[in-house]
Amino acid sequence: MPVSVKTYAGVEEAARALSASRSARFFGGGTLVMRALNEGTQAFDTVIRVTDPALRQVKPEGDRLTIGAGVTMAAVLANRDLAFLHPVARSIGGPAVRTMATIGGNLFAACPYGDFTVALLALDGAVTIAGGGRALNLDDFLKVRDREPRVIVTSVTITRPRDAQAFRFHKVSRIKPKGISVLSIAAHLPQSGGRVNNARVAYGAMGPTPLRVTGVERALEGRSLDASGIAPALAAATERLDPPTDALASSWYRREVAPVHLRRLLLNQAG
Amino acid sequence: MARTPIEFRHNGRDQAIFVEEGSNLLDVLRRGVGDFAPKYGCGQGTCGCCTVLVDGEPHLSCLTLAETVAGRSIETTSGLGKGVELHPLQQAFMDNFAAQCGYCTPGMLMAAKSLLDHNPSPSRQEVVEAIAGNICRCTGYEPIIAAVLDASSRMSGRRSA
Ligand SMILES: Cc1cc2nc3c(=O)[nH]c(=O)nc-3n(C[C@H](O)[C@H](O)[C@H](O)COP(=O)(O)OP(=O)(O)OC[C@H]3O[C@@H](n4cnc5c(N)ncnc54)[C@H](O)[C@@H]3O)c2cc1C
Ligand code: FES
Ligand code: FES
Repeated sequence: MPVSVKTYAGVEEAARALSASRSARFFGGGTLVMRALNEGTQAFDTVIRVTDPALRQVKPEGDRLTIGAGVTMAAVLANRDLAFLHPVARSIGGPAVRTMATIGGNLFAACPYGDFTVALLALDGAVTIAGGGRALNLDDFLKVRDREPRVIVTSVTITRPRDAQAFRFHKVSRIKPKGISVLSIAAHLPQSGGRVNNARVAYGAMGPTPLRVTGVERALEGRSLDASGIAPALAAATERLDPPTDALASSWYRREVAPVHLRRLLLNQAG
Repeated sequence: MARTPIEFRHNGRDQAIFVEEGSNLLDVLRRGVGDFAPKYGCGQGTCGCCTVLVDGEPHLSCLTLAETVAGRSIETTSGLGKGVELHPLQQAFMDNFAAQCGYCTPGMLMAAKSLLDHNPSPSRQEVVEAIAGNICRCTGYEPIIAAVLDASSRMSGRRSA
């Protein structure tokens, strides 16, 4: 199918063009959009690009950090301010995928993709949309991300973890070093006086989009991160989840292994 | 179908070419420029045999929208050697039997070149990470890893000489 490529200097103009057409897609790094084009997709016939360098900026703002939607995994790895996200970026694809793949595109990547988004969820991510005014909570955004009309995400703002121990990420895959997720887990576990305070825990590949596990978060509140402290959180590990079955793992398998990996993450034994 | 003119550097030479909108860089290189070094394996980003360098960084040319390389510099395996003189990576691939059918080799060489350009003395683990996006059905990877490490020590020998 013939495709037309429209390139805009500014995000606002591009957002208007995108919302005016049902057959247009925004083009981030293109790793998934080009795949679809190479396969002869009928889902869209117009590709919308933005060249504005603002989309590729990273801005620290007190204890929060704003990451442009066009920042690539390789750019994350090259940025010292984002050191806590390096293990997350490094877990995505191989080097050539990482030079292209953006964090904006990761928000829309279908399951089992979306590992970076799992980390952003655990870090209290808020999404800014072109022409959209106030930022939206990432968990609310993910519930409506596939709806029309399509929008352009300009950046995601996250909490900077208080210390290196507070943020943890673990991706389970069958192939190393490059493999797709059986599941991934990210947790932000700030502690005061040895007790967890304001835990946020998110999973990838355990549902149609990356998701927060609020039952686990509640069960961790005020507890210590030892075998008995985390027991209630493990009991809630897969509550109300309906993990997918795909070529990598069955729903049953994901449900069985999620508490095992959650335990390792919480006890800092994930390897 | 609309055709868009684009210009880029290809192995150090200027190229000006018309591309079909939405086409990928791999098609443009093979059909437009006539550089058959980068190979088509999957068109999905999973095999890595189409790997080229864009401004020195590894890209999967099958997933690169041609329009995005306007004004940038592309390197492929065709540009590695100088005439009959092979690049040390190519020589090391030969000496270590790192190519069997050879289909993955152009992508492996570019992934390896990108590694050595950034990190001239990589560890074995760093080599493994660098070629993690490149699939080889023949060699079992060991000869490729050995070749990259070998090229690294030959090149550092040349630098210190
Ligand atoms: C070989 C291979 C391995 C991979 N491995 C992984 C992996 O391990 N983990 C993982 O999570 N992913 C993986 N991916 C999937 C993908 O590369 C990543 O999810 C990547 O982050 C997607 O970003 P992109 O910029 O390439 O997206 P694009 O292809 O540009 O876009 C993807 C979707 O998001 C939309 N979009 C992109 N940016 C925006 C924006 N700013 N606003 C609104 N909509 C937007 C597009 O319209 C499109 O629908 C892999 C892909 C390949 C090819
Ligand atoms: S052809 Fe590009 S990765 Fe396979
Ligand atoms: S040598 Fe045949 S695929 Fe690598």
